[in-house]
This record gives sequence, C-alpha cells and structure tokens, in this order.
Amino acid sequence: MLTFLAKRLLQLVPTLFFVSVIIFSLLHLLPGDPALVMAGEERDLAVIEQVRHQYHLDEPLLLQYLYWVDGLLHGDLGRSIRWSDDVSHLIARTLPVTAQLAMMAIVIAFAIGIPAGIVSAVKKDTAWDYGANIFALWGISTPNFWLGIMLIFLFSVKLGWLPASGYVPLSEDWKTSLSATIMPAFVLGNSIAAILMRHTRGAMLQALSSDYVRTARAKGLYERTVVLKHAMRNALTPVITLGALELGTLLSGTVLTEQIFSIPGFGKLIFEAAFSRDYAVVQGVVLITATAYITLNFVADILYVLANPRLRS
Amino acid sequence: MADATFFPEHAQVEAVETPLRRACRRLIRRKGAMFGLAVILLFVTVALFAPLISPFDPIAQSYTQIRRPPSDLHWFGTDELGRDLLARIIYGARASLLAGVVSVSIALGIGVPIGLAAGYLGGMIDAFLSRVTDAMLACPYLIFAIALAFLLGPNLTNAMIAIGIATTPIFVRLTRGLVMAVKVEDYVEAARAIGNPRWRIALKHILPNILPSLLVQATLSIAAAIIAEASLSFIGLGQQPPAPSWGSMLNAAQRFLVNAPWMAVWPGLAIFLTVLSFNLLGDGLRDALDPKER
Repeated sequence: MLTFLAKRLLQLVPTLFFVSVIIFSLLHLLPGDPALVMAGEERDLAVIEQVRHQYHLDEPLLLQYLYWVDGLLHGDLGRSIRWSDDVSHLIARTLPVTAQLAMMAIVIAFAIGIPAGIVSAVKKDTAWDYGANIFALWGISTPNFWLGIMLIFLFSVKLGWLPASGYVPLSEDWKTSLSATIMPAFVLGNSIAAILMRHTRGAMLQALSSDYVRTARAKGLYERTVVLKHAMRNALTPVITLGALELGTLLSGTVLTEQIFSIPGFGKLIFEAAFSRDYAVVQGVVLITATAYITLNFVADILYVLANPRLRS
Repeated sequence: MADATFFPEHAQVEAVETPLRRACRRLIRRKGAMFGLAVILLFVTVALFAPLISPFDPIAQSYTQIRRPPSDLHWFGTDELGRDLLARIIYGARASLLAGVVSVSIALGIGVPIGLAAGYLGGMIDAFLSRVTDAMLACPYLIFAIALAFLLGPNLTNAMIAIGIATTPIFVRLTRGLVMAVKVEDYVEAARAIGNPRWRIALKHILPNILPSLLVQATLSIAAAIIAEASLSFIGLGQQPPAPSWGSMLNAAQRFLVNAPWMAVWPGLAIFLTVLSFNLLGDGLRDALDPKER
C-alpha cells in the first residue's frame, strides 16, 4: 500500500509540471503580445510597459517561467486588472460559494442517479429501464444554461416560488440560501445524475450476473437483500470513484449556471474575467481547477484501492 | 463453367456479409439512432439551404416588430431588435453544426496521429505524450476551451479551434488505448513478420481496426462540441453579433424572460434536439459496431 501511494504520488509531479507548462505556454505560444493581453482593455502605453516589466515579459522565456512558478509556490497567482485585487484573494472569496453549490449538486446527483441506475438494472428491459435511460439521455443532452433559464421562467417568473437570484451565505440565513441555490444545484446535479445513472446501471448489471449473486439467490435470500446487500455494495465502489471524476463537469457547469443565477462563485468569476479580458484571473482559475482535479483523481484512486481488498496488497 | 452448370447451387455463392454492411443493418434496427440520424440530416439540410428556406433575413431589424410573440407572420416570434427568430434559428444551425464538425475534425486530426505514435512506439515517447495528455485532461473541458478562446480572440473560427484543442486529449487517450490492445494481435504480428515498415503497419493494419471506436467517440464528441460552442457564444467568445448563433440568442433571451419567454424556448430546443440526436446516433453506433454483440 505504501509503495503504491509513493508511486502514485510521484506520478503527480510530472502531471502538475506539464499542467504548469501548458498554462504558461498558452499565453506565450499563441499569437499576440502577452503584455497587451494581460493589460486587458487598457491600451495606455505606460500601463502596457508596466505590465511588461511587472511580469518579466522583457526577459527570456525560461526565466519568465521560473519567475511565474516561484510566484505560484509562494501563493502568488498574479493580480486582477478588473477587480484590482490579488487573484488568490478573488479565488479564496468565491470558492466557498461554489463549494456549497457543488456539494448540493453532488447530493442531488447521487440521490437521483444511483437509485435510477439500480432500478433500471434490476428491472432491465421494462418501462422503468426505458424511463431511466430516457432520463439519462435528456440529462446528457440538455445544455445547463438552457435548463437554468427555463427553471427560472417556470419557478420564478410564472409560479413565483423561488428567487431567480440573490445568493446569501449558508451561515447568514440558511433558508434564503437554500432557496436561492436549489435551482442552480439541480441544474448542475442533473447532468451528473445522468452520467452516474449510466455507470450504476452498467456496474449493477455486471454484479447481478456474477457468481456470488447467484449463490446468494440459491441460498434463498430475499431478492431485496441480494440486490441491496450483495450486488449494490460491490457495484457502487467503482461508481463512486467515477463520480469523483465528474468534478471537472461540475466545475465547467458552474461557469454558465452561476452567471444565469447571479451567484457570486467561482464560475461567475471565470465568466466575468473572460468577458472583461482579465488574463491573470483566467490563468489562475484554470490552474486551480486543474490542480483540484488532479488531487481529487489521486484521492479517488486511493479510495478505490482501499475499498477493494484484492487491490490492497 | 462446367461445374456451375453441374452444381447449380454452387454457381451463386452467397456473398459474405462485410463488417460495414453488418454494422449498417444493425444500426437501421435501432429506432433511437435512426431518429437521431433523421434529425441531424434535417438540420444539415436546413443549414445548407438556409437562404432558400428562411422566411426572413436573420439580421434584418424591424422597430415595428420588436419582441412579438409567435404569429402567422413570425412563426417563432421576434427578438428584441425585431428580427425573425425562425430565420435566426435556421441560420444559427450553420454555426452550431460547423462548430461541431470542424472542432471534432481538428481533435481527430491532431489526436489520432499522436495517439497512434504513443501507443505504437511506446517507451519514452509514450511516457511523455501520456503525461501531457493527463495534464490537458486535468483542465475541465469547458474552462480549458474558454481560456483558449479567450486568448485566441472572440470569433467563431477561434472558438472552433479552442474546442478542437480541448477535445484533442480525449482522442489521444482513446487512440493510444485502442492501439495498445490491437498491436499484440496476430495479424499485426504477421504484417510485421513479412517486413512491412512501421508506418505502414500503423496506417494500414492498426488504424482501420480502431476506426469504429473512433467513429463512436467522434459522434459523441460532436454533441459535446455543439454544447461548448453554444456556451462560448453565450459568453460572447464565439459567433459575434449580429450573426445568429443559438448560444448568443439564449444570452439575449435571458434578459427578456418576463416579457418574451419564446425567445429562450427555440434556441434551447434547437441545441437540445441537435445534441440529443448526436448522442442517440453515437449510442446506436456503439451498439452496432460492438464486436461483443455479434
């Protein structure tokens, strides 16, 4: 187990290194003057010159990269031109908001996706199965932002049950907070529920046709016990680790969803940074999301091994 | 000749079904895939013949027809500048389909050769390419595409390039995996034994055998690319106004949700139907081409 951990940890280093190289080279390999891009809408020569000097853009590329990585290792992600603040502050401010939304979305996704997948596998080729499959197709094919707009139209404009915007932190007023985040959380959870349902269905079908399930049935156990205790326990391990990898989908989804519901989170930060051409923020956000994804991937791998005794030795 | 007259049943040897024919036959049986194909063909026709089909000019503004609900004259209604929504949906199909096909072609064009090289050559090249692919896959798809489109500058061509690059690592990883599985097969060994050069084995013996899986992924990737293009256009990084795009139409619609909800219905429905169709076709192709199901 320790050697596996060490090996897996060592693999992280080159991946993180390449992530940093890719994000760094994005700005420098693409056509256009980096100083001009970083200065944003500002076209004042003095400002551009200042940016050029501040980010060492007048020095060799390798040195620029080392300066940048050195800054990263000290927690310096650059400065936002639009908000006149450190990128790390902006991210630290918006991340908790998105974390709340993401947690709610994951709960919704698991609450819908796992039962739907189990039912459709147990009742394969029945109306239940077809229904669950149609739900999955709908979830995968609906653009997040359209679903968000339609939900606002139905629940805010027509019925007036839920606010279309107006986020408040959970600690301030949990009722208002939940009512303002339930729609975007559903929008985000919906597509992940569809993916989880498909994974669960596949894993359950495999588990249900295995020898130990046949043995359990032959023993005369109740079907409910066979499905929930024998098949499900074995089927869900890979599904949960696969679910962890949907973090990327979730983070991608927050960009438009938070914008539509005016939630001041991570996604809205990316949206506004892209809209106002604030390079440092876009770069910092990509770096943080990639690092988060790699870390989660690592944790998921370890959990998978821990949950599967055969892989543990 | 004599044999043929003597044994008439030997004269017409039943044609062996080719894999392509078998796949087509299996695909036609799948209602979902056929529905998807029909809708895709419909949208392709609409996009190709947009000037002939469209009832109005998609960018012609009319200040007497602002935000009119659907009517006999304007079947889908009009937008905040009095433009006909049906015309904009019809012309918008061009941007969406083009973005889907072009960006996935870019991803195939870059990703498949790299994947072939990584999987077939192995060793240090593979280790290097795999780490770079891992690093690219670590950046969430849409966020990566946004960052690229942002740097390239906002227009449809750049959005397609950005989505293409963001899709590339998926094809590198898939191709590499498929090549690794295929290159140990006997027929590859045989091809090597009779002295074929490596590039010939890769292109003539390995590539044709992994094409079906690539085709399935390409179809599903087009669905994802269409959503990505709509998202980029929604943010303002794709198709630029006044040219119509389903994504930017939804952005405008959001501001008039109370007074003109029809503005939000049509572009969303168009994206949903197109994406659904590509997903259905992709799922159908996967089932039809899966050798395990034969």
